[in-house]
Amino acid sequence: MTAQQEIGQRSRRLEGRVALISGGLRGIGLAVAERYLAEGAEVVLSDLDDPESDVASQTLARLGQAASYLKADVTSEADWERARDHVKERHGKLHILVNNAGTDLTGPVETLALEAWRKIMAINVDGVFLGTKVFVPMLAESGMDFRGGSSVINISSIMGLVGYSEVSAYNASKGAVRLFTKGIAVEFASKKMPIRANSIHPGFVLTPLLNAGFQRWVDAGFAEKPSDLVDTMAATTPIGRLADPSEIAGAAYFLASEDSSYMTGSEVVVDGGWTAQ
Amino acid sequence: MSGRLDGKVALVTGGTSGIGAGTVRRLAAEGAQVVFTGRNIGAAREVAGSTSATFVPHDVTDAAAWPALMAQIGHDFGRLDIAFANAGSEQGDGSVEDIAIDGWNTVISVNQTGAMLTVQHAIRSMKANPEGAIGSIIVNSSMNAHRAMGNFVAYSVSKAAVVALAKSAALHCGNQGYRIRVNAILPGVVETAMIKNLIDSSADPAAMRAGYEGMSPLKRMGNVEEIAALVAYLGSDEASFISGSEIVIDGATTAGMMGL
Repeated sequence: MTAQQEIGQRSRRLEGRVALISGGLRGIGLAVAERYLAEGAEVVLSDLDDPESDVASQTLARLGQAASYLKADVTSEADWERARDHVKERHGKLHILVNNAGTDLTGPVETLALEAWRKIMAINVDGVFLGTKVFVPMLAESGMDFRGGSSVINISSIMGLVGYSEVSAYNASKGAVRLFTKGIAVEFASKKMPIRANSIHPGFVLTPLLNAGFQRWVDAGFAEKPSDLVDTMAATTPIGRLADPSEIAGAAYFLASEDSSYMTGSEVVVDGGWTAQ
Repeated sequence: MSGRLDGKVALVTGGTSGIGAGTVRRLAAEGAQVVFTGRNIGAAREVAGSTSATFVPHDVTDAAAWPALMAQIGHDFGRLDIAFANAGSEQGDGSVEDIAIDGWNTVISVNQTGAMLTVQHAIRSMKANPEGAIGSIIVNSSMNAHRAMGNFVAYSVSKAAVVALAKSAALHCGNQGYRIRVNAILPGVVETAMIKNLIDSSADPAAMRAGYEGMSPLKRMGNVEEIAALVAYLGSDEASFISGSEIVIDGATTAGMMGL
Protein backbone atom coordinates (compact mmCIF):
# COMPACT_ATOMS: atom_id res chain seq x y z
CA MET A 1 0.00 0.00 0.00
CA THR A 2 1.39 3.40 -0.96
CA ALA A 3 1.35 6.35 1.41
CA GLN A 4 -1.39 7.95 -0.69
CA GLN A 5 -3.57 4.83 -0.50
CA GLU A 6 -2.98 4.69 3.22
CA ILE A 7 -4.26 8.25 3.57
CA GLY A 8 -7.27 7.26 1.48
CA GLN A 9 -8.03 4.25 3.64
CA ARG A 10 -8.28 6.54 6.64
CA SER A 11 -10.56 9.15 5.13
CA ARG A 12 -12.50 7.97 2.03
CA ARG A 13 -13.80 11.49 1.74
CA LEU A 14 -14.87 11.27 -1.90
CA GLU A 15 -17.43 8.55 -1.30
CA GLY A 16 -20.47 8.99 -3.55
CA ARG A 17 -18.64 11.15 -6.06
CA VAL A 18 -17.97 10.45 -9.71
CA ALA A 19 -14.85 11.79 -11.45
CA LEU A 20 -13.72 11.91 -15.07
CA ILE A 21 -10.01 12.22 -15.76
CA SER A 22 -8.72 12.81 -19.28
CA GLY A 23 -5.31 11.38 -20.04
CA GLY A 24 -5.99 8.96 -17.22
CA LEU A 25 -3.80 6.01 -18.20
CA ARG A 26 -0.43 7.52 -17.37
CA GLY A 27 1.52 9.93 -15.20
CA ILE A 28 -0.41 12.55 -13.28
CA GLY A 29 -3.80 11.42 -14.60
CA LEU A 30 -3.28 7.88 -13.41
CA ALA A 31 -2.04 9.06 -9.99
CA VAL A 32 -5.15 11.24 -9.61
CA ALA A 33 -7.35 8.28 -10.53
CA GLU A 34 -5.64 6.06 -7.96
CA ARG A 35 -6.05 8.71 -5.27
CA TYR A 36 -9.72 9.35 -6.02
CA LEU A 37 -10.42 5.61 -5.96
CA ALA A 38 -8.61 5.29 -2.63
CA GLU A 39 -10.89 8.06 -1.31
CA GLY A 40 -13.97 6.09 -2.34
CA ALA A 41 -14.88 7.85 -5.60
CA GLU A 42 -15.97 6.18 -8.82
CA VAL A 43 -13.70 7.11 -11.69
CA VAL A 44 -13.93 7.23 -15.46
CA LEU A 45 -10.64 7.47 -17.35
CA SER A 46 -10.27 8.63 -20.90
CA ASP A 47 -7.22 8.37 -23.11
CA LEU A 48 -6.18 7.62 -26.69
CA ASP A 49 -5.40 3.91 -26.28
CA ASP A 50 -7.72 1.17 -27.46
CA PRO A 51 -9.68 -0.44 -24.62
CA GLU A 52 -8.18 -3.79 -25.59
CA SER A 53 -4.62 -2.50 -25.46
CA ASP A 54 -2.33 -3.90 -22.78
CA VAL A 55 -1.99 -0.58 -20.98
CA ALA A 56 -5.76 0.00 -20.83
CA SER A 57 -6.81 -3.53 -19.91
CA GLN A 58 -4.06 -4.05 -17.35
CA THR A 59 -4.62 -0.65 -15.72
CA LEU A 60 -8.36 -1.21 -15.49
CA ALA A 61 -7.91 -4.69 -14.07
CA ARG A 62 -5.69 -3.24 -11.39
CA LEU A 63 -7.95 -0.28 -10.57
CA GLY A 64 -10.99 -2.51 -10.06
CA GLN A 65 -14.75 -2.22 -10.42
CA ALA A 66 -15.09 1.43 -9.47
CA ALA A 67 -13.10 2.49 -12.54
CA SER A 68 -14.03 2.39 -16.21
CA TYR A 69 -12.23 3.38 -19.37
CA LEU A 70 -13.27 5.17 -22.52
CA LYS A 71 -11.20 5.83 -25.62
CA ALA A 72 -11.66 9.50 -26.42
CA ASP A 73 -9.68 12.20 -28.20
CA VAL A 74 -9.94 15.43 -26.20
CA THR A 75 -9.78 17.50 -29.40
CA SER A 76 -13.00 15.96 -30.68
CA GLU A 77 -16.31 17.38 -29.52
CA ALA A 78 -18.04 14.19 -30.68
CA ASP A 79 -15.73 12.12 -28.47
CA TRP A 80 -16.51 14.33 -25.47
CA GLU A 81 -20.22 13.84 -26.16
CA ARG A 82 -19.65 10.09 -26.18
CA ALA A 83 -17.82 10.46 -22.88
CA ARG A 84 -20.80 12.34 -21.49
CA ASP A 85 -23.15 9.55 -22.65
CA HIS A 86 -20.86 6.95 -21.06
CA VAL A 87 -20.83 8.83 -17.73
CA LYS A 88 -24.57 9.43 -17.86
CA GLU A 89 -25.33 5.81 -18.56
CA ARG A 90 -22.93 4.34 -16.03
CA HIS A 91 -23.29 6.87 -13.19
CA GLY A 92 -25.99 9.43 -14.06
CA LYS A 93 -23.86 12.21 -12.59
CA LEU A 94 -20.42 13.85 -12.51
CA HIS A 95 -18.91 15.80 -9.61
CA ILE A 96 -15.25 16.11 -10.61
CA LEU A 97 -13.77 16.82 -14.03
CA VAL A 98 -9.99 16.68 -14.28
CA ASN A 99 -8.82 18.11 -17.60
CA ASN A 100 -5.42 16.51 -17.52
CA ALA A 101 -4.67 15.29 -21.05
CA GLY A 102 -1.81 17.24 -22.54
CA THR A 103 1.14 17.16 -24.86
CA ASP A 104 4.33 19.14 -25.28
CA LEU A 105 6.21 20.84 -28.07
CA THR A 106 9.67 22.31 -27.91
CA GLY A 107 11.96 24.08 -30.32
CA PRO A 108 12.99 27.53 -31.55
CA VAL A 109 9.87 29.48 -32.44
CA GLU A 110 10.99 30.07 -36.01
CA THR A 111 11.21 26.32 -36.60
CA LEU A 112 7.81 25.35 -35.22
CA ALA A 113 5.41 24.08 -37.87
CA LEU A 114 1.98 25.67 -37.85
CA GLU A 115 0.47 22.19 -37.76
CA ALA A 116 2.48 21.33 -34.65
CA TRP A 117 1.36 24.61 -33.02
CA ARG A 118 -2.26 23.86 -33.89
CA LYS A 119 -1.94 20.33 -32.55
CA ILE A 120 -0.67 21.39 -29.13
CA MET A 121 -3.32 24.10 -28.92
CA ALA A 122 -5.98 21.56 -29.89
CA ILE A 123 -4.95 19.08 -27.20
CA ASN A 124 -3.98 21.44 -24.37
CA VAL A 125 -6.51 24.24 -24.91
CA ASP A 126 -9.40 22.96 -27.06
CA GLY A 127 -9.42 19.81 -24.95
CA VAL A 128 -9.94 21.76 -21.73
CA PHE A 129 -12.58 23.97 -23.33
CA LEU A 130 -14.53 21.06 -24.86
CA GLY A 131 -14.46 18.94 -21.74
CA THR A 132 -15.75 21.85 -19.69
CA LYS A 133 -18.36 22.84 -22.27
CA VAL A 134 -19.81 19.37 -22.65
CA PHE A 135 -19.90 18.51 -18.95
CA VAL A 136 -21.05 21.80 -17.41
CA PRO A 137 -24.77 20.91 -17.38
CA MET A 138 -24.09 17.59 -15.63
CA LEU A 139 -21.60 19.17 -13.21
CA ALA A 140 -24.12 21.88 -12.35
CA GLU A 141 -26.82 19.31 -11.65
CA SER A 142 -24.56 17.06 -9.58
CA GLY A 143 -23.10 20.07 -7.74
CA MET A 144 -26.09 20.13 -5.42
CA ASP A 145 -25.14 16.71 -4.00
CA PHE A 146 -22.29 17.96 -1.78
CA ARG A 147 -21.22 21.08 0.07
CA GLY A 148 -18.61 22.79 -2.04
CA GLY A 149 -20.30 21.70 -5.26
CA SER A 150 -18.72 20.17 -8.31
CA SER A 151 -15.11 20.79 -9.15
CA VAL A 152 -13.34 21.39 -12.45
CA ILE A 153 -9.60 20.87 -12.07
CA ASN A 154 -7.48 21.95 -15.00
CA ILE A 155 -3.89 20.79 -15.15
CA SER A 156 -1.82 23.74 -16.32
CA SER A 157 1.91 23.96 -15.58
CA ILE A 158 4.61 26.18 -14.18
CA MET A 159 5.10 26.82 -17.91
CA GLY A 160 1.71 28.53 -17.78
CA LEU A 161 3.20 31.02 -15.30
CA VAL A 162 6.67 31.82 -16.62
CA GLY A 163 8.26 31.76 -20.06
CA TYR A 164 11.05 29.34 -20.97
CA SER A 165 13.35 29.25 -23.97
CA GLU A 166 12.13 27.03 -26.82
CA VAL A 167 8.93 26.22 -24.94
CA SER A 168 6.83 29.09 -26.34
CA ALA A 169 4.00 26.96 -27.74
CA TYR A 170 3.63 24.97 -24.53
CA ASN A 171 3.87 28.26 -22.56
CA ALA A 172 1.04 29.73 -24.62
CA SER A 173 -1.17 26.66 -24.26
CA LYS A 174 -0.73 26.36 -20.49
CA GLY A 175 -1.15 30.12 -20.00
CA ALA A 176 -4.46 29.82 -21.82
CA VAL A 177 -5.55 27.06 -19.43
CA ARG A 178 -4.69 29.28 -16.47
CA LEU A 179 -6.88 32.17 -17.56
CA PHE A 180 -9.66 30.02 -19.05
CA THR A 181 -9.98 28.57 -15.55
CA LYS A 182 -10.35 31.99 -13.95
CA GLY A 183 -12.93 32.99 -16.56
CA ILE A 184 -15.16 30.00 -15.92
CA ALA A 185 -14.67 30.30 -12.15
CA VAL A 186 -16.03 33.85 -12.15
CA GLU A 187 -18.78 32.87 -14.59
CA PHE A 188 -20.03 29.88 -12.59
CA ALA A 189 -19.87 31.77 -9.29
CA SER A 190 -21.67 34.83 -10.55
CA LYS A 191 -24.41 32.65 -12.05
CA LYS A 192 -24.80 30.69 -8.79
CA MET A 193 -23.85 27.49 -10.55
CA PRO A 194 -22.45 25.03 -7.96
CA ILE A 195 -19.22 24.41 -9.82
CA ARG A 196 -15.77 25.53 -8.69
CA ALA A 197 -12.84 25.74 -11.12
CA ASN A 198 -9.15 25.85 -10.24
CA SER A 199 -5.86 25.17 -11.97
CA ILE A 200 -2.92 23.11 -10.78
CA HIS A 201 0.56 24.11 -11.92
CA PRO A 202 2.93 21.19 -11.50
CA GLY A 203 6.66 21.71 -11.71
CA PHE A 204 8.91 18.90 -12.94
CA VAL A 205 7.17 15.60 -12.29
CA LEU A 206 8.51 12.14 -13.04
CA THR A 207 6.03 11.18 -15.75
CA PRO A 208 6.21 9.38 -19.11
CA LEU A 209 5.74 12.76 -20.85
CA LEU A 210 8.77 14.21 -19.07
CA ASN A 211 10.83 11.10 -19.84
CA ALA A 212 9.88 11.30 -23.52
CA GLY A 213 10.88 14.96 -23.60
CA PHE A 214 14.20 14.19 -21.92
CA GLN A 215 14.84 11.37 -24.39
CA ARG A 216 14.34 13.84 -27.27
CA TRP A 217 16.89 16.17 -25.68
CA VAL A 218 19.33 13.27 -25.36
CA ASP A 219 18.72 12.34 -29.02
CA ALA A 220 19.39 15.97 -29.95
CA GLY A 221 22.72 15.83 -28.15
CA PHE A 222 21.89 18.13 -25.20
CA ALA A 223 22.74 15.43 -22.65
CA GLU A 224 24.30 12.01 -22.47
CA LYS A 225 21.43 10.25 -20.76
CA PRO A 226 17.95 11.15 -19.42
CA SER A 227 19.02 10.71 -15.79
CA ASP A 228 21.53 13.55 -16.24
CA LEU A 229 18.60 15.81 -17.15
CA VAL A 230 16.66 14.59 -14.12
CA ASP A 231 19.66 15.53 -11.96
CA THR A 232 19.87 18.96 -13.60
CA MET A 233 16.17 19.62 -13.02
CA ALA A 234 16.45 18.46 -9.40
CA ALA A 235 19.40 20.80 -8.87
CA THR A 236 17.41 23.79 -10.17
CA THR A 237 14.42 22.98 -7.94
CA PRO A 238 14.69 24.46 -4.42
CA ILE A 239 13.28 21.31 -2.81
CA GLY A 240 16.13 19.47 -4.58
CA ARG A 241 14.19 16.77 -6.36
CA LEU A 242 11.44 16.14 -8.89
CA ALA A 243 7.87 15.46 -7.86
CA ASP A 244 6.21 12.10 -7.73
CA PRO A 245 2.84 12.09 -9.56
CA SER A 246 1.13 11.25 -6.24
CA GLU A 247 2.12 14.70 -4.95
CA ILE A 248 0.15 16.35 -7.75
CA ALA A 249 -2.69 13.95 -6.98
CA GLY A 250 -2.71 15.29 -3.41
CA ALA A 251 -3.53 18.76 -4.74
CA ALA A 252 -6.14 17.32 -7.11
CA TYR A 253 -7.74 15.55 -4.16
CA PHE A 254 -7.79 18.72 -2.06
CA LEU A 255 -9.45 20.69 -4.87
CA ALA A 256 -12.02 17.92 -5.39
CA SER A 257 -12.97 17.69 -1.73
CA GLU A 258 -15.23 19.81 0.47
CA ASP A 259 -12.09 21.14 2.14
CA SER A 260 -11.60 23.58 -0.74
CA SER A 261 -15.19 24.86 -0.74
CA TYR A 262 -14.14 28.55 -0.83
CA MET A 263 -11.47 28.01 -3.48
CA THR A 264 -12.42 28.86 -7.01
CA GLY A 265 -10.44 30.75 -9.63
CA SER A 266 -7.26 29.85 -7.74
CA GLU A 267 -3.92 28.47 -8.85
CA VAL A 268 -2.24 25.74 -6.87
CA VAL A 269 1.44 25.72 -7.77
CA VAL A 270 3.06 22.38 -6.89
CA ASP A 271 6.62 22.96 -8.04
CA GLY A 272 8.97 22.53 -5.09
CA GLY A 273 9.69 26.26 -5.12
CA TRP A 274 10.78 26.45 -8.78
CA THR A 275 8.81 29.60 -9.68
CA ALA A 276 9.49 31.27 -6.32
CA GLN A 277 13.13 31.73 -7.38
CA MET B 1 -11.28 13.29 11.32
CA SER B 2 -8.66 11.33 9.46
CA GLY B 3 -5.73 11.58 11.84
CA ARG B 4 -3.73 12.97 8.92
CA LEU B 5 -1.66 15.02 11.38
CA ASP B 6 -1.17 12.34 14.03
CA GLY B 7 2.17 12.77 15.78
CA LYS B 8 2.73 16.30 14.51
CA VAL B 9 3.28 19.33 16.73
CA ALA B 10 1.92 22.66 15.55
CA LEU B 11 2.28 26.31 16.55
CA VAL B 12 -0.45 28.83 15.68
CA THR B 13 0.16 32.50 16.43
CA GLY B 14 -2.89 34.66 17.03
CA GLY B 15 -4.80 31.50 17.81
CA THR B 16 -7.34 32.93 20.21
CA SER B 17 -9.90 34.05 17.61
CA GLY B 18 -10.86 34.08 13.94
CA ILE B 19 -8.83 32.11 11.41
CA GLY B 20 -6.25 31.30 14.08
CA ALA B 21 -8.77 29.72 16.45
CA GLY B 22 -10.42 27.85 13.59
CA THR B 23 -7.03 26.48 12.59
CA VAL B 24 -6.23 25.41 16.15
CA ARG B 25 -9.48 23.43 16.17
CA ARG B 26 -8.87 21.86 12.76
CA LEU B 27 -5.24 20.87 13.40
CA ALA B 28 -6.17 19.38 16.76
CA ALA B 29 -9.11 17.50 15.22
CA GLU B 30 -6.72 15.97 12.68
CA GLY B 31 -4.52 14.63 15.44
CA ALA B 32 -1.85 17.34 15.90
CA GLN B 33 -0.68 18.55 19.28
CA VAL B 34 -1.25 22.28 19.02
CA VAL B 35 0.31 25.20 20.87
CA PHE B 36 -1.33 28.54 20.22
CA THR B 37 -0.36 32.02 21.24
CA GLY B 38 -2.01 35.41 21.60
CA ARG B 39 -2.74 38.21 23.98
CA ASN B 40 -6.44 37.71 24.75
CA ILE B 41 -6.41 35.38 27.77
CA GLY B 42 -10.20 35.18 28.04
CA ALA B 43 -10.69 34.13 24.42
CA ALA B 44 -7.76 31.73 24.74
CA ARG B 45 -9.42 29.96 27.65
CA GLU B 46 -12.45 29.19 25.50
CA VAL B 47 -10.36 27.72 22.66
CA ALA B 48 -8.16 25.71 25.04
CA GLY B 49 -11.21 24.50 26.96
CA SER B 50 -12.90 23.07 23.86
CA THR B 51 -9.81 21.46 22.29
CA SER B 52 -6.72 19.52 23.32
CA ALA B 53 -4.60 22.58 22.44
CA THR B 54 -2.28 24.42 24.81
CA PHE B 55 -2.26 28.21 25.16
CA VAL B 56 0.89 30.23 25.82
CA PRO B 57 0.47 33.98 26.27
CA HIS B 58 2.90 35.58 23.84
CA ASP B 59 3.20 38.67 21.67
CA VAL B 60 4.65 37.91 18.21
CA THR B 61 6.40 41.28 18.06
CA ASP B 62 8.36 40.61 21.26
CA ALA B 63 11.65 39.31 19.80
CA ALA B 64 13.10 38.67 23.25
CA ALA B 65 10.20 36.39 24.22
CA TRP B 66 10.53 34.03 21.25
CA PRO B 67 13.38 31.80 22.51
CA ALA B 68 11.48 30.98 25.70
CA LEU B 69 8.33 30.07 23.75
CA MET B 70 10.24 27.75 21.45
CA ALA B 71 12.18 26.23 24.36
CA GLN B 72 8.88 25.46 26.05
CA ILE B 73 7.50 23.75 22.92
CA GLY B 74 10.74 21.77 22.60
CA HIS B 75 10.60 20.76 26.23
CA ASP B 76 6.92 19.82 26.31
CA PHE B 77 6.54 18.20 22.88
CA GLY B 78 10.07 17.43 21.64
CA ARG B 79 9.57 18.71 18.11
CA LEU B 80 7.84 21.20 15.79
CA ASP B 81 6.23 20.21 12.48
CA ILE B 82 3.82 22.97 11.55
CA ALA B 83 3.92 26.72 12.20
CA PHE B 84 1.10 29.04 11.15
CA ALA B 85 2.20 32.70 11.19
CA ASN B 86 -1.27 34.08 11.57
CA ALA B 87 -1.27 36.91 14.11
CA GLY B 88 -2.34 40.12 12.44
CA SER B 89 -3.57 43.61 13.14
CA GLU B 90 -5.10 46.58 11.38
CA GLN B 91 -5.22 48.76 14.45
CA GLY B 92 -4.52 52.39 13.62
CA ASP B 93 -4.34 51.75 9.88
CA GLY B 94 -5.54 54.34 7.39
CA SER B 95 -4.81 55.86 4.02
CA VAL B 96 -1.26 56.79 3.12
CA GLU B 97 -2.21 60.44 3.47
CA ASP B 98 -3.69 60.16 6.94
CA ILE B 99 -2.01 57.28 8.79
CA ALA B 100 -0.14 58.22 11.97
CA ILE B 101 3.33 56.78 12.45
CA ASP B 102 2.17 54.86 15.52
CA GLY B 103 -0.54 53.10 13.53
CA TRP B 104 1.90 52.30 10.75
CA ASN B 105 4.43 50.92 13.21
CA THR B 106 1.84 48.78 14.99
CA VAL B 107 0.54 47.12 11.84
CA ILE B 108 3.99 46.61 10.33
CA SER B 109 5.40 45.20 13.55
CA VAL B 110 2.60 42.67 14.05
CA ASN B 111 1.90 41.65 10.45
CA GLN B 112 5.38 41.85 9.01
CA THR B 113 8.01 41.68 11.75
CA GLY B 114 5.87 39.28 13.80
CA ALA B 115 5.54 36.97 10.80
CA MET B 116 9.29 37.15 10.15
CA LEU B 117 10.05 36.24 13.76
CA THR B 118 7.58 33.35 13.56
CA VAL B 119 9.21 31.95 10.42
CA GLN B 120 12.71 32.51 11.80
CA HIS B 121 12.07 30.73 15.08
CA ALA B 122 10.03 27.98 13.45
CA ILE B 123 12.95 27.16 11.13
CA ARG B 124 15.38 27.12 14.05
CA SER B 125 13.11 24.74 16.00
CA MET B 126 12.36 22.51 13.01
CA LYS B 127 16.10 22.10 12.42
CA ALA B 128 16.27 20.41 15.80
CA ASN B 129 13.70 17.74 14.92
CA PRO B 130 15.06 14.23 15.62
CA GLU B 131 15.04 13.21 11.92
CA GLY B 132 16.64 16.47 10.79
CA ALA B 133 15.33 19.78 9.45
CA ILE B 134 11.73 19.07 8.40
CA GLY B 135 8.43 20.88 8.69
CA SER B 136 5.83 23.11 7.08
CA ILE B 137 5.41 26.84 7.68
CA ILE B 138 2.32 28.69 6.50
CA VAL B 139 2.16 32.48 6.44
CA ASN B 140 -1.25 34.14 6.51
CA SER B 141 -1.19 36.88 3.90
CA SER B 142 -4.35 38.22 2.23
CA MET B 143 -5.81 38.77 -1.22
CA ASN B 144 -4.96 42.39 -0.46
CA ALA B 145 -1.35 41.48 -1.22
CA HIS B 146 -2.48 41.66 -4.85
CA ARG B 147 -5.35 44.16 -4.59
CA ALA B 148 -4.33 46.93 -2.23
CA MET B 149 -6.93 48.87 -0.23
CA GLY B 150 -6.82 52.67 -0.33
CA ASN B 151 -7.92 53.05 3.26
CA PHE B 152 -5.62 50.38 4.74
CA VAL B 153 -2.13 51.19 3.52
CA ALA B 154 -0.14 49.43 6.24
CA TYR B 155 -2.26 46.27 6.04
CA SER B 156 -1.92 46.14 2.25
CA VAL B 157 1.84 46.73 2.35
CA SER B 158 2.46 44.19 5.11
CA LYS B 159 0.38 41.48 3.44
CA ALA B 160 2.31 41.93 0.19
CA ALA B 161 5.56 41.83 2.16
CA VAL B 162 4.84 38.50 3.82
CA VAL B 163 4.36 36.81 0.44
CA ALA B 164 7.97 37.72 -0.30
CA LEU B 165 8.87 36.56 3.21
CA ALA B 166 7.39 33.11 2.52
CA LYS B 167 9.17 32.81 -0.82
CA SER B 168 12.51 34.00 0.54
CA ALA B 169 12.26 31.57 3.44
CA ALA B 170 11.30 28.73 1.09
CA LEU B 171 14.35 29.41 -1.08
CA HIS B 172 16.63 29.68 1.93
CA CYS B 173 15.43 26.32 3.24
CA GLY B 174 15.95 24.80 -0.19
CA ASN B 175 19.44 26.27 -0.46
CA GLN B 176 20.34 24.86 2.92
CA GLY B 177 18.96 21.42 2.12
CA TYR B 178 16.31 21.67 4.84
CA ARG B 179 13.13 19.73 4.20
CA ILE B 180 11.17 22.70 5.48
CA ARG B 181 8.44 24.03 3.21
CA VAL B 182 7.19 27.61 3.43
CA ASN B 183 4.05 28.89 1.73
CA ALA B 184 1.67 31.83 1.93
CA ILE B 185 -2.11 31.72 1.88
CA LEU B 186 -4.09 34.70 0.59
CA PRO B 187 -7.65 34.63 1.94
CA GLY B 188 -10.43 36.88 0.74
CA VAL B 189 -12.91 38.34 3.22
CA VAL B 190 -13.55 35.81 5.96
CA GLU B 191 -16.48 35.99 8.35
CA THR B 192 -14.52 36.24 11.58
CA ALA B 193 -15.70 37.71 14.85
CA MET B 194 -13.68 40.81 13.97
CA ILE B 195 -15.55 41.29 10.67
CA LYS B 196 -18.88 40.58 12.36
CA ASN B 197 -18.12 43.26 14.95
CA LEU B 198 -17.19 45.71 12.21
CA ILE B 199 -20.50 44.98 10.49
CA ASP B 200 -22.60 45.18 13.65
CA SER B 201 -21.02 48.42 14.82
CA SER B 202 -21.33 50.21 11.48
CA ALA B 203 -24.00 52.81 10.71
CA ASP B 204 -25.68 50.54 8.18
CA PRO B 205 -24.89 46.90 9.03
CA ALA B 206 -26.97 45.45 6.18
CA ALA B 207 -25.16 47.55 3.58
CA MET B 208 -21.79 46.75 5.10
CA ARG B 209 -22.51 43.02 5.11
CA ALA B 210 -23.69 43.19 1.50
CA GLY B 211 -20.48 45.03 0.61
CA TYR B 212 -18.29 42.32 2.09
CA GLU B 213 -20.37 39.51 0.64
CA GLY B 214 -20.45 41.15 -2.77
CA MET B 215 -16.68 41.22 -3.21
CA SER B 216 -16.69 37.56 -4.26
CA PRO B 217 -18.79 36.46 -7.23
CA LEU B 218 -20.03 33.72 -4.88
CA LYS B 219 -21.72 36.57 -2.99
CA ARG B 220 -20.60 35.29 0.36
CA MET B 221 -17.63 35.61 2.69
CA GLY B 222 -15.40 32.68 3.39
CA ASN B 223 -15.73 31.00 6.73
CA VAL B 224 -13.00 30.24 9.19
CA GLU B 225 -13.27 26.47 8.71
CA GLU B 226 -12.62 26.81 4.98
CA ILE B 227 -9.35 28.65 5.57
CA ALA B 228 -8.33 26.22 8.31
CA ALA B 229 -8.80 23.31 5.87
CA LEU B 230 -6.24 24.87 3.51
CA VAL B 231 -3.76 25.36 6.34
CA ALA B 232 -4.24 21.72 7.36
CA TYR B 233 -3.57 20.57 3.79
CA LEU B 234 -0.39 22.64 3.51
CA GLY B 235 0.71 21.43 6.93
CA SER B 236 0.22 17.79 6.01
CA ASP B 237 2.59 15.50 4.12
CA GLU B 238 0.14 15.57 1.23
CA ALA B 239 1.59 18.95 0.24
CA SER B 240 5.14 17.59 0.25
CA PHE B 241 6.11 19.22 -3.08
CA ILE B 242 4.50 22.60 -2.38
CA SER B 243 6.94 25.27 -1.27
CA GLY B 244 7.33 28.95 -2.13
CA SER B 245 3.72 29.00 -3.33
CA GLU B 246 1.07 31.61 -2.66
CA ILE B 247 -2.38 30.09 -2.56
CA VAL B 248 -5.36 32.37 -3.01
CA ILE B 249 -8.55 31.31 -1.22
CA ASP B 250 -11.09 34.00 -1.98
CA GLY B 251 -14.08 32.55 -3.83
CA ALA B 252 -12.76 33.95 -7.13
CA THR B 253 -12.68 37.53 -5.79
CA THR B 254 -9.33 38.26 -7.42
CA ALA B 255 -9.74 35.84 -10.35
CA GLY B 256 -11.76 38.64 -11.90
CA MET B 257 -12.40 42.20 -10.83
CA MET B 258 -13.41 42.51 -7.20
CA GLY B 259 -17.11 43.22 -6.72
CA LEU B 260 -18.08 42.55 -10.33
